Amino acid sequence: MEQTIEKIATADHGHGIGHHEEHHHVETFINKYIFSQDHKMIARQFLFTGMIWAIIGGLFSVLFRVQLGWPDATFPALEQLFGNWFTDGKLDPNAYYMLVTMHGTIMVFFVLTAGLSGTFANFLIPLQIGARDMASGFINMLSYWFFFASSVVMFSSFFVSGGAASGGWTIYPPLSALPQASPGSGAGMTLWLISMTLFIGSTLMGGLNYVSTVLNLRTKGMDLFRMPLTVWALFFTAIIGILSFPVLVSGVVLLVFDRTLGTSFYLSDIYIAGKALSNSGGSPILFQHLFWFLGHPEVYIVILPAMGMVSEILATNSRKPIFGYKAMVFSILGITILGFIVWAHHMFMSGMNPFIGSVFTLFTLLIAIPSAVKVFNWLTTLWRGNIRLNSASLFSIGFVSVFISGGVTGIWLGNAIIDVQLHDTYFVVAHFHIVMGIAAFFGMFAGVYHWFPKMFGRFMNETLGYVHFFVSFIGSYIIFWPMHYLGMSGVPRRYYSFKEFQAFSQYDDLNKIISMGAIMVFIAQLLFVANFVYSIYRGRKMTKDNLNPWQSNTLEWTTDVEPGHGNWKGAIPTVYRWAYDYSKNPTGADFTPQNVPLTEEELANESKKH
Amino acid sequence: MAEETVLHHPEIETGHEPFMPADEFASNSPMKVSYGKMMMWYFLLSDAFTFSAFLISYGAIRMSNAWWPDPNHVFNAMPFMGHRKIPLGFVSIMTFILILSSVAVVLAVIEGHRMNKKGVLKWMLGGIIGGAAFLGCQAWEWAHLIEEGLRPFYNPFGPDEKGLTHLVHETLTKSPGPVAFGALFFGITGFHGFHVFTGVCLNVWGFFATLSGKFEKVGHYEMIEKLGLYWHFVDLVWVFVFLAFYLL
Repeated sequence: MEQTIEKIATADHGHGIGHHEEHHHVETFINKYIFSQDHKMIARQFLFTGMIWAIIGGLFSVLFRVQLGWPDATFPALEQLFGNWFTDGKLDPNAYYMLVTMHGTIMVFFVLTAGLSGTFANFLIPLQIGARDMASGFINMLSYWFFFASSVVMFSSFFVSGGAASGGWTIYPPLSALPQASPGSGAGMTLWLISMTLFIGSTLMGGLNYVSTVLNLRTKGMDLFRMPLTVWALFFTAIIGILSFPVLVSGVVLLVFDRTLGTSFYLSDIYIAGKALSNSGGSPILFQHLFWFLGHPEVYIVILPAMGMVSEILATNSRKPIFGYKAMVFSILGITILGFIVWAHHMFMSGMNPFIGSVFTLFTLLIAIPSAVKVFNWLTTLWRGNIRLNSASLFSIGFVSVFISGGVTGIWLGNAIIDVQLHDTYFVVAHFHIVMGIAAFFGMFAGVYHWFPKMFGRFMNETLGYVHFFVSFIGSYIIFWPMHYLGMSGVPRRYYSFKEFQAFSQYDDLNKIISMGAIMVFIAQLLFVANFVYSIYRGRKMTKDNLNPWQSNTLEWTTDVEPGHGNWKGAIPTVYRWAYDYSKNPTGADFTPQNVPLTEEELANESKKH
Repeated sequence: MAEETVLHHPEIETGHEPFMPADEFASNSPMKVSYGKMMMWYFLLSDAFTFSAFLISYGAIRMSNAWWPDPNHVFNAMPFMGHRKIPLGFVSIMTFILILSSVAVVLAVIEGHRMNKKGVLKWMLGGIIGGAAFLGCQAWEWAHLIEEGLRPFYNPFGPDEKGLTHLVHETLTKSPGPVAFGALFFGITGFHGFHVFTGVCLNVWGFFATLSGKFEKVGHYEMIEKLGLYWHFVDLVWVFVFLAFYLL
């Protein structure tokens, strides 16, 4: 395999052309299913690992929602299941913080970064640009196994003394820097840092592959402005990852020094139990800057792939060209650039200079422009389309809905003045869950339903898909809509219980409703998992005469039912047009795939332009 | 189970169609570089962000301290020169060595373009020796500063013998100078040194791969170019580290 890739490399470099010899390669179980260098297998590995993490992360949220919804009740059954996380049938406060922290870490990094971008960048980039595989199959394989190792380390942290990290997914020092601060800041935090370092390695290797594959391995005719929007989105996602994660490396390395070598990068003037620590001169705010320089672009890492897939699926299922293709590309670019210069809007309350706050407010509000361009383009793509409602397109439409509701509250929070009131309340929780959590999940579901036939050669059950969509969609609003009201009345996030606070405990009923919504949505996700697993073995088969079930234009549907390593048995198709020739197009057909040559009429128009 | 797959290269397989709009872009990098070099460039960009974050943190912490040790005073020792004080003398030699090794690697790349195996070997060896010498110098400097009492959590270089009196409480181990100095110095030069060490290892690998005739067989020395890119990057980062810790 390596040799073959090497050959591609040399040919690409202009040396190997002409020495064309057929290279035979025998696949064994290990190199096909475990240490596979086939991008499609690696994509499935990312997807399975991400789904396991999603179930764990979702379960955690149900556990802490149980505490918040029924703070007085006891649940002996949960104690049976989870041991000392529950004492006397009640969630232990330290376990509560651990669950909240790990829910965030797992969902943001393991599910929505690795599970979403890892899966679809791997699966779609080579197939949609017409490449045999990633630029380096070997580094791509390493990328998955670094992620796997990182997962193992993170999972093992649940079983160490003191439990997993519990200082919030943002791991702000001094809480995360001092083992005395909380049980989770001991071994659990150390494992968190090790795991995250491995994870960053994985993201970097994946990202380098995605970028160089998109730039170098496109098939003939696939110039940059003919690439499907999925590829554009995944390309910029990779660039964001390459440029923002390394800053987290710096922040984490300094934190590790503070924890192990007694340095004072983030620590100063601290008393624990009346005893002063010797650290002096450090600044916890420094960590916040380093963290959010990753942390903010991270939300675009999460949302851009979903945006790309939604664009593709909406155009296919409304049987219309995507509205404003170039505007879409440039708004992705705009979001990418602006995403790097807004990080301090997470820190308006850290005591920063109000002038700096207003600069960050300005840039933050500017992001509304490319985001709104995208929203209007999706709506205008749907407008008067011949819409086909299936699970994938429903989730895409759902994506647009939640992205609007969550985006609008972003404009509130981006204003430093309003943020002073809303900071660290449930309003923030509602905002980011809707705009990056639910939205990214919906994008991922849309992608799974849409590309499932290509991944596994079978279809998912549509009826279960509808149920999954409507329960998730309504359930998500049941969970997060009331949280806006909680936040506006000042209910703070991260609290274990509101019993002692009269001003907040009056919302107990609302909290119950939210918790019921969370349980309902979690059950709907289990339904999805059941549908997914069942369909892999028993789903309706994709047949040879129905290779393009959604009548889509992109190149992945020109491959066999289950393409082998190398993707196309014969020649790679040549590309003649963009990916969005739906309905009104010169060939007269309802859709014209990218590999269909231009008609006489189009050729004439083409030469007129030159 | 066993299944045979045949891979073809797109460049060879396609290109027999009648009309090919925009085909000047097809299958080509817009920057006209191979994917391997592209990956290296993006990796370096990424690494540059890591170092920038470190150096900005350095600046932020240094600016928040009212007093900072004078580099001319801290870095004035020279091996084999007894107690004679030569401000920044040793670090200048280190820097010069690193730059020379970068020059050697440039020459190795040029010899690679000429497909001259012997030349590549000669200059790669030069680059490796330079890198190793730099690491040796750094080890000496670290050892010397540790001897002087500098630690990640303690800094003997203060404004006067009595030590700073800015600090909070009695349990504190009194550090005469700002403690962050040692932490930043060992942390950042250590991180850079780790990069140099990695670079030396990679160059050693490149040397032996050249020796075994691997690149001659492939038909080009692009790998040496990629190693060169990394090596120059490490050199360039040192310039900034040098600026931050020794000159400012």
